[in-house]
Amino acid sequence: MRSLLGVLNICSSLLTWFALYFILPIVTALIYGEVAPLRGFVVGAGIAVLGGMLVRLATRRYRYDLKSRDAYLLVTLSCLLLAAVAAVPLLIDLPGLSFTKAYFEAMSGLSTTGATVLSGLDALPHSINLWRHALSWLGGMGIIVLAVAILPLLGVGGMQLYRAGAPGTVKDAKLAPRITETARTLWFVYAGMTVACALALWAAGMSLFDAICHAFSTMALGGFSTHDASIGYFDSPMIEFVLMIFMLIAAMNFATHFIALRKGNFAVYRRDPEARYMLLLILASVVGIAVFINLNAVYATPFRSLRFAAFSVISVATTSGFVATDYGSWPVFAPMWMLFLSCLCANTGSTGGGIKMFRSLILMKQSLREMFTLVHPQAVAPLKISGQVVPNGVVYSVLAFIFLYFITIVVLVFALLISGLDFISAFSAIVACINNVGPGLNVVGPGNTYGALSDFQNWTCIAAMFLGRIEIITFAVLFTPTFWRK
Amino acid sequence: MKILILGAGQVGRTAAYHLSREPANEVTVVDTNEDILRDLQDRLDVRAVAGHASYPAVLEAAGIADTDVLVALTNSDEVNIVACEIAHALYRTQTKIARVRAPEYTTRAQLFTDGALAVDVWISPEQLVTEYIARLLSYPGALQVVDFADGRVQLVGVRARRDGPLVGRELRTLREHLPDTDTRVAAIYRNDRMVRPAGDTVIEENDEIFFVAASDDLRRVMAELRRSEDPVRRLVIAGGGNIGFRLARTLEKSNQVKLIERDPRRARRISELLENTIVLNGDAADEELLVEENIDSADVFAALTNSEEANVLSAMLAKRLGAKRVMALINRPSYGELMEQQSIDIVISPQTITIGSLLAHVRRGDVVRVHSLRRGTAEALEAVVHGTQDRSQVVGRRLEQITLPSGASIIAIVRGENVIMAHHDTKIETEDHVIVFLSDRRHIDAIERLFQTEA
Repeated sequence: MRSLLGVLNICSSLLTWFALYFILPIVTALIYGEVAPLRGFVVGAGIAVLGGMLVRLATRRYRYDLKSRDAYLLVTLSCLLLAAVAAVPLLIDLPGLSFTKAYFEAMSGLSTTGATVLSGLDALPHSINLWRHALSWLGGMGIIVLAVAILPLLGVGGMQLYRAGAPGTVKDAKLAPRITETARTLWFVYAGMTVACALALWAAGMSLFDAICHAFSTMALGGFSTHDASIGYFDSPMIEFVLMIFMLIAAMNFATHFIALRKGNFAVYRRDPEARYMLLLILASVVGIAVFINLNAVYATPFRSLRFAAFSVISVATTSGFVATDYGSWPVFAPMWMLFLSCLCANTGSTGGGIKMFRSLILMKQSLREMFTLVHPQAVAPLKISGQVVPNGVVYSVLAFIFLYFITIVVLVFALLISGLDFISAFSAIVACINNVGPGLNVVGPGNTYGALSDFQNWTCIAAMFLGRIEIITFAVLFTPTFWRK
Repeated sequence: MKILILGAGQVGRTAAYHLSREPANEVTVVDTNEDILRDLQDRLDVRAVAGHASYPAVLEAAGIADTDVLVALTNSDEVNIVACEIAHALYRTQTKIARVRAPEYTTRAQLFTDGALAVDVWISPEQLVTEYIARLLSYPGALQVVDFADGRVQLVGVRARRDGPLVGRELRTLREHLPDTDTRVAAIYRNDRMVRPAGDTVIEENDEIFFVAASDDLRRVMAELRRSEDPVRRLVIAGGGNIGFRLARTLEKSNQVKLIERDPRRARRISELLENTIVLNGDAADEELLVEENIDSADVFAALTNSEEANVLSAMLAKRLGAKRVMALINRPSYGELMEQQSIDIVISPQTITIGSLLAHVRRGDVVRVHSLRRGTAEALEAVVHGTQDRSQVVGRRLEQITLPSGASIIAIVRGENVIMAHHDTKIETEDHVIVFLSDRRHIDAIERLFQTEA
C-alpha cells in the first residue's frame, strides 16, 4: 500500500504538468474564435491542476524514492489517469458523448491507436480535433521513453536486450549516460521529425491545420484524422506518399534515427536488423497485395491497385491506421494479412505497437534453432541476431511475452463474441486495438467507427489498446501476489 | 650472426635448433624455466640465460648489446612487445621479431609501422598455420603448398598416384602433355630418398614430387600426377582452439564447416563468434558423434587440437569411418614421418610453418622467404638479387655458370610480374627474385653467401 501511495504521489505531479498541455487546444480555440469548447479545456486543465495538487498533498507523507519495480505501477496508473483527465474536455464539449466513448477516444489517442468513436469529424471544432491529435503525439512521446528507458530497465518481454550498456543488437542505443538525457535527446528527434512531417504535408497540399494534426498522428503512428474519410478525403497521391515515408520512419527505432542524424551516416539503418526485416517484409507484402487486388479487379488500373495497396499495407503494418480507401471491401485475405503484419512489423523504440520486430525475429530464430538441434543433438547453437548473441534469458522472456500476447487476444476476442459481435469484427477489432492500429474490419472497418459498439464492447477494446501499449506484462505483473508481498 | 631468442617454448626451441645448426650463428636463449634451459643446452650448442625475458638486466646478461636479431617468442604477447621496445630504447637492436598472437593487436596495422611499436616483424603462428591449411584445402590432393613472390609462384608437393596420366612415364613428356604450361619439377622423393629430376626420370606411383608453377597453372600440373579431386565442400574440424577457430572462420562462408570442441564453455564461446559453422560439443574421437554428423560424406577431416596423440587417433578414426581426406596437426617430426605413410594423408607441423617465416627474417643476403619442406628436411627459399655484374656472384651469369652446393638448385625466377622457369641458359638480372630448392640444409650458409653483394 505504501508503494501505491508513493506512486500516486508521482502520478499527481505528472498530472499537474499535464495541465500545461491544455494550453495547445486553448490557444487553438482562441485562434479560431471557438468560445464554446474553451469551457471543456479550462475545466480539464483545472481538474488536472487541482486533482494533481490534492492527491499530492494527500500523499505527501508517502513520498519516497521509487524502487525499480514500482515503475510497473507507475506506468499503469499514469496511463489510466491521464486518459481519464484527457477525456474531460470531450465529455463536456461534445454533448451526447457518454463517458465510455470519451474515455475510449482519449485512450485511443494516448495509446496512439487512432480508433475513433466519433463521426462528423469534419464538423468538430478545430480545438477538439487538435486535442485528439495532440494526445496521440503525447502518447508517442511517452512510448519512446517507455521503450528506450523504462521497459529495458525492467526487462519486460526481453527488452533487457536494449538495456543501456548491455551487449545486444543495438550497441549504440545508449545515447546518453542518464535516462533523462536519453529521453530528451529522443524527444528532440521526435519533435524535429514532426516539424518536418508537418511541413512536407503542408507542401503536399494539406491546409496548415490539417498538416499539423496529421503530422502529430503520423509520427505517433496514431491514425486519427480530421476528416471522416481520413486520408481518402484528400485523394492525393502526393500526400499519401509523404505519409508513407513518415510512417515508415516513425516505425523505426528512434535511437537509430538519432545515431544516423548525429553521424550523418545512414549505414546504421543497414546494421539495424529490425529496420531491415521490416522494410523487406513490407515491400514484399505491398507487391503481393497489389498483385492480389489487381487480379481481383478491385480497382480500374494497376497504378491505383499499387497506390492503395502500398498506402494501406504501410498504414496498417506500421500500426498507424490511416485510411485512404476502404480496404475492408477488399477480398478478406488482404486486410487479414495487413493485420497480421501489424503484429510483427513495428520496431522497438518506435511509436508502433504489436509484438515488435525484434521479438518476432527471436521467435522465428528460436523455432529454427529447435529444429536445428534435433538434427544435431550435440551442436552448440546460440541464438544470434545480426551476429549478436541473444542470451537464453531474453529468449525465454520473449516467448513468455508472445504467449501472454496471444492469450490476451484470445480472451478479449471471446469477450467480444459473448457480447454478440460477429467473429471477423471481434477478431479484427481486438487485433487492431492491441496492436494500436485503429480500424478493424466489418462493423469496425475502415469505413465505420467504434461508435457502433456497446459500452461493454468499447471497454473491451479500451483494455486491448491499453494492454497492447504498455506491453501486457507490465500490467499483468500487478496481478501476481509476489508483486505486492513485502 | 648473433641471435637472441626469448622464450624456450615449442617454437622457441625449434627456432634455436634450426638456427644453431648453421655454423655462422651464435644463439642465446632466455627463459624463466631453468630445467628447460638445461635440457636445451644438453642437446644444442646454444647459450642459455634464465630470467624474465623483458627485464633489461636479463637482456644484458644475454648479450643484447651486440645482438643482431632479437626473436621474442615467449607465450605472452605483451612480454614480447615490451622486450622489443626495451631492446630498441636501450640498445638500438637492429632487427626485432616478436610473436604476437592476439588479433586484437595484429589487426591494427598502424601499431607495427615506423614510430609506433618497436617491433619490426610480427609473427602469429596460429594465423600462419590457418593460412597454410586454407591454402592446402584450395588445392585438394596437395601435400604442401607454399607461396613465393607474393603468391605469383607456388611450390607444391604432391604424391603421385596411379591415375595420374604422367605416372609411369618419363618426366620430359610433361611438356607434351601440357604444351602451354610452364612448370618445373624441383625434386622427387622416392621412399624418402631424393631423386634428382632429369628428363629421363620415370615417375612412379607414390613418388613425392615438388614442382613450381604460376598459381593459375597449379591445378593443371597436379592433374598430371593424380586424378584431380573435387574441391573441398564439407569440412569437419576437430578442436576449437585458436587454429581450429580461425580456420572455421576463414572457410565458413565458402564451405560447409562443422567444428567439434570438447570444452563446453569454449564451444559456447566460439559458437557465438562464428556465423555459419555448426559447433558441436563433444569428443572428436567419439565414433558415434562422428557417424551422426556424417563423417563419411566429409571431404576433409582436420584434427587440430593441441594434443598430438588425440589428433593422430581421431584422424585415423575419421579415415576409417569414411572421411575422404584427413589431416592432423603434429609437432614432433618423428610422429609426422610415421603417420604420413600410414592412414593420415597430410601432417601439418605448426613449427615448420612458423620457423619458415621466422627464418626468412634472420637470413642474410636478402632472403625474403624461406619455407621448410618435408618436415624440415628440405627447404625452399626466395632471394632477391642485388648489385651489378662485378659486385655480385650471380648477376649477368647464366644458370649453368653458377656453382651451387650439392642438393641445391635454382628452380624459378620472378622478374617483375613474369615467372621464368629455370633453364641452364637463363641469365640472372639484378632485382630478380630467385627461388632455390635445397635438399640439404647444411648448405644454407653457402647459398646465403652466394646472393650477398660484395662490399
